This record gives sequence, structure tokens and C-alpha cells, in this order.
Amino acid sequence: MTFQCPIPISEYPTVLLAHGGGGKLTQMLIERVFLPAFANPALEILHDGAVLEIGGARLAFTTDSFVVSPIFFPGGDIGCLAVHGTVNDLAMCGAKPLALSAGFILEEGFPMEDLCRVVESMREAAARVGVPIVTGDTKVVDKGKGDGIFINTTGIGLIPPGIHISPGRARPGDLILINGAIAVHGIAIMSVREGLEFESTLLSDTAPLHDLVGRILEVGGDKIHVLRDPTRGGVASALNEIATRARVGIVLDEASIPIWEEVKGACEILGLDPLYVANEGKCLAFVARDKAEEVLEAMRAHPLGREAAIIGEVVEEHPGQVILRSRIGGKRIVEMLSGEQLPRIC
Amino acid sequence: MKFVDEYRREEDARKLINAIHRLVTRPWTIMEVCGGQTHTILKSGIDHLLPPEVTLLHGPGCPVCVTPVELIDKAIALACTPGVILSSFGDMLRVPGSNGDLLSAKAQGGDVRIVYSPLDALRLAQKNPDKEVVFFAVGFETTAPANAMAVWQAKQMGVKNFSILCAQVRVPPAIELILSDPYNKVQGFIAAGHVCTVMGYWEYERIAEKYRVPIVPTGFEPLDLLQGIYMVLRALEEGRWGVENQYVRSVRREGNVHAQKLMNAVFQICDRPWRGIGTVRGGGLCLRPEFSEFDAEKRFGLQDIKALESAFCIAGDILQGKKKPYECPAFGRECTPEHPLGAPMVSSEGACAAYYQYGRGQ
Amino acid sequence: MCLGIPGKVISIEENPLGLTMGKVSFGGIVKEVCLAYVPDVKVGDYVVVHVGFAISKIDEEQAQAMFEFLEQIGNEVRG
Repeated sequence: MTFQCPIPISEYPTVLLAHGGGGKLTQMLIERVFLPAFANPALEILHDGAVLEIGGARLAFTTDSFVVSPIFFPGGDIGCLAVHGTVNDLAMCGAKPLALSAGFILEEGFPMEDLCRVVESMREAAARVGVPIVTGDTKVVDKGKGDGIFINTTGIGLIPPGIHISPGRARPGDLILINGAIAVHGIAIMSVREGLEFESTLLSDTAPLHDLVGRILEVGGDKIHVLRDPTRGGVASALNEIATRARVGIVLDEASIPIWEEVKGACEILGLDPLYVANEGKCLAFVARDKAEEVLEAMRAHPLGREAAIIGEVVEEHPGQVILRSRIGGKRIVEMLSGEQLPRIC
Repeated sequence: MKFVDEYRREEDARKLINAIHRLVTRPWTIMEVCGGQTHTILKSGIDHLLPPEVTLLHGPGCPVCVTPVELIDKAIALACTPGVILSSFGDMLRVPGSNGDLLSAKAQGGDVRIVYSPLDALRLAQKNPDKEVVFFAVGFETTAPANAMAVWQAKQMGVKNFSILCAQVRVPPAIELILSDPYNKVQGFIAAGHVCTVMGYWEYERIAEKYRVPIVPTGFEPLDLLQGIYMVLRALEEGRWGVENQYVRSVRREGNVHAQKLMNAVFQICDRPWRGIGTVRGGGLCLRPEFSEFDAEKRFGLQDIKALESAFCIAGDILQGKKKPYECPAFGRECTPEHPLGAPMVSSEGACAAYYQYGRGQ
Repeated sequence: MCLGIPGKVISIEENPLGLTMGKVSFGGIVKEVCLAYVPDVKVGDYVVVHVGFAISKIDEEQAQAMFEFLEQIGNEVRG
């Protein structure tokens, strides 16, 4: 069976940056190009990782590529991001990380010193998590053909029995929790992006969440329905995906969403909506209503959850839609990210 | 954040909303001029909190939306010219030209850079002496002083590789255009608070008098808009016209005279085509002859390109408040933020984008 | 039109060309802003900033007007 490219060439003859933005175009690319080509039940769940049943055990299997620029940013670098990112995708499946792989695509001319710095950062991050990097690969491309360094990490993890995390499990009545303030990572990156620099003390919130998730699952068990780390596309895109997948409605309370003054200030001057800005080290949890307070307390007792809050709930109405109750009591729909969020001036 | 958070408090919003409900005794149609105000209204859900007698129309105050297609095409042409860096505010990157937009030009290898301030574009020119840097100078009068300063500084410093593609527009002629239309339904205006911060509101007194409409320069926070709406409605209920200032913490009658001085030194009033609307007499600003060396159109000898507009896009009607975005047959179908037919769907201050983004399609 | 955000002036200096520049804080984020259009501004004042330029100094007294107005309409209901 041959594969026919389903995206009308006239619509998008070339790949755009927005196809990687984490919003609608990314979804379209996945749904129209990758999914039909690779179709299989494990893939179709489309969670942060795939769950495979092997010899009675449930393994989570995930992959992620890291292309962040600049590679060294306040609070982290591409290396620790690569380790945390995959550890977190495994955690979002409810899995304990077992092993990682690391593939490097290096551009000719990339400084060896920078490579060593990145690798050392990965070593440290993996050691702190306690997950070995067991295999890898290295390629070098001609100068001008790769932005310094790209890293792919793939991870496998073990899902304990009785844990069933999947976007489809969200149900009306669930409360939505987040472990801390939003939009920190994206703004920390912007602060050093050329053309948009500003002085700030903000550090990326990149962090491994497996331990926090472990705690959440300990307390909540099967009442934890969905876990998701809102990376590219922000909280808004992550919630939209879940609402669509589970065919439920979501109501967000703007006043409850934790956000730092500095992040707010940066979003104001750049004209960005913090709901669409990338996060790292953040996790959304959909929890059965009767367990939510307990889970919230457990999160707040953990170093990565001190500012945890309940930010919304799942409802039966408007399935597939996310509605925000604004600070002044009005309502608006929170759509999926369209294209790339460009800092606006006007 | 000071001077931001205080204007977003729910209890205070409630007071204003209740006051508006008590005030209104019959139907009124008012227009907020500025896209930024449309954005706040829809984002906070103010439109749904007003009494049903109040119809809010959205005005043409989106400089991104009204930038003529020809200029977008010229910007794209410049971006694709070797040795040229096209610098721009982020908003302009996804506005459709006749054939693609600046973002796709970038995807094809054009050197397009987003900047926060026109002075950043000037710095780019200084840092890249072997390249030509063109700044896409879009904006209403709020932005004109900034654009003017970049040109002024370039001249002072003798920077030879900097120029602007001038797309400056002016608000008062647009308001007159709307008011002079025989089918105009707008009875009162929420005027753009930051334009008025620069220009003052003395220009609007004549318009208010001539057409007997209340005009209220208003800020951008939810409480500002609610108070501005209250003030316009109160004037209408009391049968009054004229200018009343809501945004008193920033707007003075004479405006910012320092900014105006430099603007007038660098720019002069000219006619300009507004996308979707047609030529607006006195609707633009262009460089004075003394600064013509900084005019990118002259520097690069850019010929007038035959521009193509989508046959389906009714941006002109949207911008003049004659139709609401959801009344456009293409809204949400052929025309979405991913594949926009016109500018209002892609500018984050465009009415169509705001309606789409905040779910007012129903 | 457009995005004009209030920020606090935390330092002022003249650049080599005699252009008055300053550092303005927006909730802790600091950006360099041109203060040429608000020549009477002092450290500690709040300004409205648009595309890297201060276009007005916020009149703190006038800013109170909104809250007095709110008091007034609040009283209308009670009275």
C-alpha cells in the first residue's frame, strides 16, 4: 500500500515553524501525516508516551527531540532539558523511568567545550533522577546544516499495577491541578532571544517530575485520571488536547492560575498570553473530585509543588471546549494555539 | 503589577457593570476604535456582560489590518533580496500578502527578524554594516514617535544602511470616514487611549461637534473599558456630545507635545490606501523630503506591485463595523488563523482573530 | 493604539548621542526604554511604554479618579 501525502500540497507545500509549535498545525501534521502512515492502537492513544504490554508488565515508551535555542539559557541547557523532558513524558504515563537513550546530531564546527558542557549537564541530570543513559548515537552534519546541536532522547519506564493514566480518562467532576506557576520556561528563553532581550532574574523551571508524580500516585492511586506536562503550546494547548480526546468540557478559573509577577510583566510587554507559553517542570493532574484536596496537599508538601493550585474542573457541557472564567467574571473560549505565538506589539 | 492589577478587580467590574445596566434605557450602538480594546473586551468577556440594548461595533484601529497589501508584498520582496535584513514587529509576520506572508518568506530563506522596538532595528543596522536593514514601520500615532525617533537618530548618527518601509496611519480621518457614511449606525466612540496619549484629544473635539457624537478616550484594562463604555452611554442617555476623557492617568488634552514635535519634524500627513477600505484622505504619515533617503521604497526603487486580494475577504466591512466577523461566510471555514484570507484574522488585534480565538463564532 | 504597559523607572541616563534612556521595571522584568518623550520623569515614576518608548508619565493623582468614581457609583446604589 503506498502512502499518499494527505495534506493538500497547495495548502502547505513546505513545513512551517508553526508545524512544531505544539498547536493546531502540529496536531494537523500528526493526524494527517504520521498517524495514518504508522497507524496502530498504541499510537492512537496519543499520550505523552505509548504503553506496551510485554510479558505481563506494562512499559511506557517515549521519545522527544530537543532543538532549543539558545542552548544555554537561564536555569538550564539543552542537555538537562533533554533528560528531564523524556523522564517527564514517562512520568506522565505513570511510569518510573528505567533507562534513556541519547542521540546527538552535531553541526560541524560546534565547539567541543560546549558539547562537553551539555554532556556533563545530562550526566548530572540523569544521575539525580537515577536513570542510566544506556545507549546512544552520534551524527555530524555539514556546517550550516544543523543549528549547533540537536538531541533526541528516548526512554522506557515501568508502570506500576493499578495505575491507568490516559487522556481519555478525564471525566466530568474531575478537578484540574497544576504543581506551580505557569509560563516560566518560555519567558526565561525569551529573555535571552535576540531581538527580545530583557533583564530578568527568571530561571527556567526545567525539572524531573517523576518523584512528584510518584507521590501524587501514592496518594491518589486510581483516582488520578490524567497527567500531562504542558510544554510547547502551553497550558491552553494541553487542556484542549485532553478535552478533545476525552470528549469533555473544561472550565478554567483565571484568578486561580498561579503566575509570577515577572512572568506577567514579560507577557504584558511582549503581548503574549501566558496560557500559550511553554512550561517545563510543570504537570497538570486531572483528579477525581473526592481526592483532589488530599492530592493538592501532597503536592504542596513536595519541593516541586509548593505553589500547586486547583485551576479548573471538567464538566459535561461544551465537550471538547475549554472555557475560561476571566478575572472580572466574564467568559471566553480558550482555543488551541494557532500558529506560532509571535510577540505582538500592536 | 501596579497600574495593571487594580484595573482588573472583579468587585469593581461588577459595580461598573451594574451601573451600566441601571443607566441604559434604550438601544445604543457604540464603537471601540482600537483593536487592543476589542481584544480586552473579548478576552475578559465584557461583551457578554453588557445589557442587550448595547451593541458594540469594532473599529478599524488595527494598524496591522489596514496596512495595504502592496506594502506587505514589498516587504516580502525586500526580505527575499540578498543583503537585506527586513525587521518588523511580530504582528506583521503572518499577514497575508498577494502570495504568502513574511513568515513563509522566512521559511524560504528570506532574512526576516522580529524586533521589539524601532531602535532595535537601528541597532541591527549598526551591527551589520555590510547589510541593508529595512524596518517595516507600521502603526498608528502611538507608534509614530518611536518610528520617527529611529529615523531621526539614523540621520544624526549618519547610519547609511538603515531605511523604513513606511506604513504609518492616522485615526481621525478613519473616524470621520465612518461617521460620514450615510449608513453609519455608530452613535458614540470609545477612542484609542494610547493614540490620544500621544496626540491628545483636541483633534476629536471638532469631529464630536460636527457629527454630534460623544467620544471618550479610554484605556485598555477591563475597568477602563467598562468606565469608558459607561461614560459614552451616560452622554448618550443625557443627549450630550463632545469629548470626555476616561484615561485621565495617561491622556491630556494637548497630548505629548515632545512626541508630536519629533513626529512632525520627520513625518508629514499624506493620503494612504487602507486595506479593505480604500484611499483615506489624510489617512497616513510619510517621510518629509529631508528624510527621503530613509524611505525604503525610494532606496530600493520598489515598483508598484499589482496586489491580489482574496475575493472572499470582507475585511473592509469588518473594519468599519458594518459586519461582525461571524457574518462573513468564510469565517472559520476557508478563513482561519492557520490560513487567513485577510489581515483581521491574523493580527492579534484583528476583530476576526479575536472572535475566532475567544469563541464568538456562535 | 496598541500595547502600552505601565512600568516603574529605576534608572535614567543619557546615551552618547544625548538621547535620554532608562531602565524600566515591569513587575521585575527590566527593559531599556527611551525616555526622550517624558523629559520631566524621575526615578520611581511610572510611565506607559510602547515599543520601547515611554509615551506618558502616569499621573498617580489622576489614577485615583477611577476609584473615587467607583466609590460614587457604589454609593448611588446604597443611597
